[in-house]
Amino acid sequence: MTTMQTENETLVYARPESLTNVSTHYCPGCTHGIAHRLIAEVIDEMGIRERMIGVASVGCSVFAYNYFNFDFVQAPHGRAPAMATGVKRVLPDKMVITYQGDGDMASIGMAEIVHAATRGENITVFFINNTNYGMTGGQMAPTTLPGQKTTSSIHGRDVETQGYPIRAAELLSQLDGSSYVVRRSLNDPKNVRLAKKAIRVALEVQARGLGFSMIEFLSICPTNWGMTPEASKKWLEEKMIPYYPLGDYKVHPAVAQIKI
Amino acid sequence: MPVRGYVVVNETYCKGCELCVEACPQHVLGLDATHITAKGYHPATLIADGCTGCGICGVMCPEAAITIYREKSGVERITS
Repeated sequence: MTTMQTENETLVYARPESLTNVSTHYCPGCTHGIAHRLIAEVIDEMGIRERMIGVASVGCSVFAYNYFNFDFVQAPHGRAPAMATGVKRVLPDKMVITYQGDGDMASIGMAEIVHAATRGENITVFFINNTNYGMTGGQMAPTTLPGQKTTSSIHGRDVETQGYPIRAAELLSQLDGSSYVVRRSLNDPKNVRLAKKAIRVALEVQARGLGFSMIEFLSICPTNWGMTPEASKKWLEEKMIPYYPLGDYKVHPAVAQIKI
Repeated sequence: MPVRGYVVVNETYCKGCELCVEACPQHVLGLDATHITAKGYHPATLIADGCTGCGICGVMCPEAAITIYREKSGVERITS
């Protein structure tokens, strides 16, 4: 790879240091990669890589510990916020993040995330919502949209029998313990840049000891949706964003004063 | 004279998803159909002149495979 830089040119962008030099197992076009990259970029910018401890979840995101270039532990399915609570309480000067998918956080780990948020644990949660269980073959998740076809809802999600999707950001924003809860999307350059800003704010919240922060990323899953990455981006924009509106759901007054 | 730049795509990471191709405002990125990476994908590459080094391909790349350079303004070029 040519990374030589001459004196007549400036380096606009290069791979962040907080990512390891391995190719990910994610499918082509999966926006897990964008979320990884943004988190790594923000950690580089803040210069906190040596203080980071990540907690990986179960699902596609389980191999996050191979891709981030800092310490990681791997939690049982859905228990990442509980494990992060323990890590943060034992090592309060470390920055603790969890990286979870919707099958992990919104389904089996719902109790852990709600209680970590209501206790106001000083951790940062990155939640990837791609409306299905990606790793196991695209089964219906709590976030699957009404009428959406998955491998375990072949006629489309029927809300009569299978209930309605869970809006995790709205749910956690209702808890008094949470300080910063927002939803962002990873479908176009503008939204990706907004997502990066939110990651910075969330990590600043933790660095200043202001409490629980969570970012929900709307993400595409081209393989399990059966679409090209480009078509998936359009589907996200047309179907997911109306159901999961982007925005800031909880910004504590102390968080609103953070200037970056 | 418009700003000039160029990108270098690392074939270890590129999976040919085309998110950068769709995002490029100058439409100068494409897949290299004559070449296959070790993982079996056609990697993204510059297919035309006109890259400004804006960095939007790097914003959308899920694999952080793209390194982006921009020529400094005010530098005289021998060829121009």
